Amino acid sequence: MKVLAIDTSNHPMSVAVVEDDQLLATTTLNMVRNHSIYLMPTINNLFELVKWQPTDIDRVVVAQGPGSYTGIRIAATTAKTLAETLNVELVGVSSLAVVARNVLPESDRVIVPFFDARRGNVFAGAYQWQDGQLVNLIKDQHLAMATLLDQLAAVERPVTLVGHLTKKISDQFEQLPANVSLAPRAYGIPSTYQLALDGEKLPAVKEIDPFVPHYLRITEAEANWQKLHPGETRKNYVREV
Amino acid sequence: MAERNLILAFETSCDETSVAVIENGTKILSNIVATQIDSHQRFGGVVPEVASRHHIEWITRCIDQALEEASVGYSDLTAVAVTYGPGLVGSLLVGVTAAKVVAWAHQLPLIPVNHMAGHLYAARFVGAFKYPQMALLVSGGHTELVYMPREHEYKIIGETRDDAAGEAYDKIGRVLGVNYPAGKTIDEWAAQGHDTFHFPRAMEKEDNLDFSFSGLKSAFINTVHNADQRGEKLNKYDLAASFQQSVVDVLAEKTMRALTEYPVEQLILAGGVAANHGLRQRLDHDMRAYHPTVTMLQAPLKLCGDNAAMIGAAGYINYQHGDRAGWDLNAEPGLMFDRMK
Repeated sequence: MKVLAIDTSNHPMSVAVVEDDQLLATTTLNMVRNHSIYLMPTINNLFELVKWQPTDIDRVVVAQGPGSYTGIRIAATTAKTLAETLNVELVGVSSLAVVARNVLPESDRVIVPFFDARRGNVFAGAYQWQDGQLVNLIKDQHLAMATLLDQLAAVERPVTLVGHLTKKISDQFEQLPANVSLAPRAYGIPSTYQLALDGEKLPAVKEIDPFVPHYLRITEAEANWQKLHPGETRKNYVREV
Repeated sequence: MAERNLILAFETSCDETSVAVIENGTKILSNIVATQIDSHQRFGGVVPEVASRHHIEWITRCIDQALEEASVGYSDLTAVAVTYGPGLVGSLLVGVTAAKVVAWAHQLPLIPVNHMAGHLYAARFVGAFKYPQMALLVSGGHTELVYMPREHEYKIIGETRDDAAGEAYDKIGRVLGVNYPAGKTIDEWAAQGHDTFHFPRAMEKEDNLDFSFSGLKSAFINTVHNADQRGEKLNKYDLAASFQQSVVDVLAEKTMRALTEYPVEQLILAGGVAANHGLRQRLDHDMRAYHPTVTMLQAPLKLCGDNAAMIGAAGYINYQHGDRAGWDLNAEPGLMFDRMK
């Protein structure tokens, strides 16, 4: 199986081309925020290196969020359009799970990947290796860093935080709870090789059209509107003309 | 038989997801438009993050339908064209990303298109273009007079210094309780009223080709608020007619002046506000009266709003002139034509 894996959820951008369980080539950039400029040239370069044609792809695997709204939209739009236009399989994987996979499977610690979600908030979930499988213990969610740490302190088991601790997040607390440690910064860089391996085993999405990023938050405008219009049941606000 | 040039065009600059297939730059084989108006009406205007999210929900459906309706496959296509600015960055990015992917996957040339050039080329479906040419482009985001000495060369000779004309319609619409986009309703009301308020015609007599609509908007809002405070209810048809008369006077006056300063063969009227009946009638009249030798092409009503067909028509011209984008094409929300020095 020839797999293209893409992650542009946050500051790092990573792309890998993988055949069965073998990594053929991967590129990770961590110096720019403008994934729109660099993603397609990176994919094109990797295909030239491994001498693949776009039509050789069997499956596209994408980190579906959470993360920067623009970042996850670029990855999801690229992945779903590619899968649709080439008529190949599409798989979405949690962007947090991708980072959690950087922790060795031997560890039975609770792994908590996190991304800065601005204003002292993070996107975070809880994972654990069980018999070689990464299992999701607590769903990915959007919450205040302080709230997350309170919850982790109550877990009463060793916890490893994985992610880039920006100043804005570290300003939210004095010190980590005793049972919580922070993985070295290198562990916070996503590996799209890992993403591809994970995505190879998962079932492909049945319908590509409704595939959207996992934002984990509705927009502020919609949240305010819903408060003013309880009981509104209309779901689809877009129509063809 | 000459080979068919088939362009798959993308437009997602604001709140419409649109994909079209255009043959030889002049024939619409399909033009799928998914509009988000109902969604943004909840908020009284376009919310950029909501718009971006809707685009991604609709983009692949629009591509598939455009190809299906045109009865063409990817192997029939000559090129892919896409709006890369101006517009909302998050919205533009969905179209730019999808267009790059389709072009890359099928190894097709990628043609970058300026959204305003696209609006202008909506008129190409009415008749052939002649140069030198002038265009009045009026929409919710732009109000520009564009001079084209020859094909593929655009110079802004006049533009709004504050609100776009369509933006002014939406803002005064809100005061009258008309939801965005207000242009159509205000136009209909205006047809039933009279210019009794005589709002200011900003910069009408000034010696330049620029526009301003914020003074008019303020005068309108003050008039309504002062009447409210007196407990007086003003006639909404007369308010609409007075507002529209002021807008149309300024647009027509500046356009006539531009045609005198820059002699051209043809005038193009395009953009969302080009659907306004008051403006269309006024330009018809003024052109006959003051510039009878200049022909006028008005964009068809159904192509005045944002759509990918116009992007395909403009993309065809760019294609002929050798415009090609690399895989690093990015959205340019502030993209502009050059300003004439």
